[in-house]
Amino acid sequence: MGFVENLTLFVLAAFVGYEVITKIPATLHTPLISGTNAISGITLIGAVVVAGAGHSTLATVLGFLAVVMATTNVVGGYLVSHRMLERFRGRED
Amino acid sequence: MLGSTAGLPPATLSLAYLVAAVLFILGLRALTHPRTARRGNLLSAAGMVVAVGVTLLWFEILSPVVLFAGLLVGAALGAWLATSVDTTDMPQLVGLFNGFGGGASALVAGAELVTRLGPTGTATLPVETTTAAAVTGLVGGVTFWGSLVAAGKLQGYVEDPLKYPGEDALKAAFLAVAVIAGGALVTGIDLPGALATATWVPSYWVLVAAASVLGILLVVPIGGADMPVVIALLNACSGLAAAATGFALDNSVLIVAGTLVGASGLILTVVMCESMNRSLTNVLFGGYGTGAPGEDAP
Repeated sequence: MGFVENLTLFVLAAFVGYEVITKIPATLHTPLISGTNAISGITLIGAVVVAGAGHSTLATVLGFLAVVMATTNVVGGYLVSHRMLERFRGRED
Repeated sequence: MLGSTAGLPPATLSLAYLVAAVLFILGLRALTHPRTARRGNLLSAAGMVVAVGVTLLWFEILSPVVLFAGLLVGAALGAWLATSVDTTDMPQLVGLFNGFGGGASALVAGAELVTRLGPTGTATLPVETTTAAAVTGLVGGVTFWGSLVAAGKLQGYVEDPLKYPGEDALKAAFLAVAVIAGGALVTGIDLPGALATATWVPSYWVLVAAASVLGILLVVPIGGADMPVVIALLNACSGLAAAATGFALDNSVLIVAGTLVGASGLILTVVMCESMNRSLTNVLFGGYGTGAPGEDAP
């Protein structure tokens, strides 16, 4: 894909991200930060690609560290969000 | 994009990334209501499984031991930290995880530059790639170190704001170093001296080092009570860093998911500031503003 297509995705996703956040109850601020933080661990995909490609020793070392950090972000992020949200279980507002 | 592809039909990867992006959007929306928040987190996690799973299947993996060792170590570390932490210590753990995400983005962009470096240095790379990498390095470096300091403050190490004379000048100086190194990276000009001939893209790592110091300098003067807002903002930054990595790697789901986090995180930061009757500038730089509300909320 070209740069303009990527830019299109970026701008449209920014609007979606902006629109989704409306009137958040204060009790959800921290779980929402935690949940979106887990999504930002998507960089794991980039880490997997560079670590798996194994082009040079340096790139592989960098890729390995990136995979460790991004996987920690993803797995830890979703788990800790899940634990935070346990207290909302079965609650009807 | 890096790596050659395995035997799946060409559209499969893009379609799986589309499914993942939709799951992230649905998950994010559900996360904003107490009743659906748990389901939202699970939807978003499902999106992550789809995106990572198809990536593992799709790209040719020449160093599987390194890759799976990394996945295993990261999953074990993340699971252990997330399950062993006390409920009251969760905010600083989120800060720590957030820093890891930003740091990972900076490392990915660096690895991509090292891999794709042509015979005449970064001048042979498309300007979109080097610019995206420079943005990733700047935002990723600030996010990693800023988040570590913020998590440390929440944990109770040096909670007090640390003010000193010449604070702003020092921040400006490190920002200037980062911008100059970024300029050298984008234009393909070599740094002087021994750095000129190195194959490890010195200009990028000088940029990351300057951004790292800047991240520490930016958070150190802020008081511990304001750390939740700082972590919310750094969370938006780690999303932005992931999106910039997406531009560098030409990867659609990185751009969409990263931008979603960046935009929603920024709005959430503003909402949090308003609930404290402060402006974002007032929280970040103190002194400025007098507790007047920030930008208009949506």
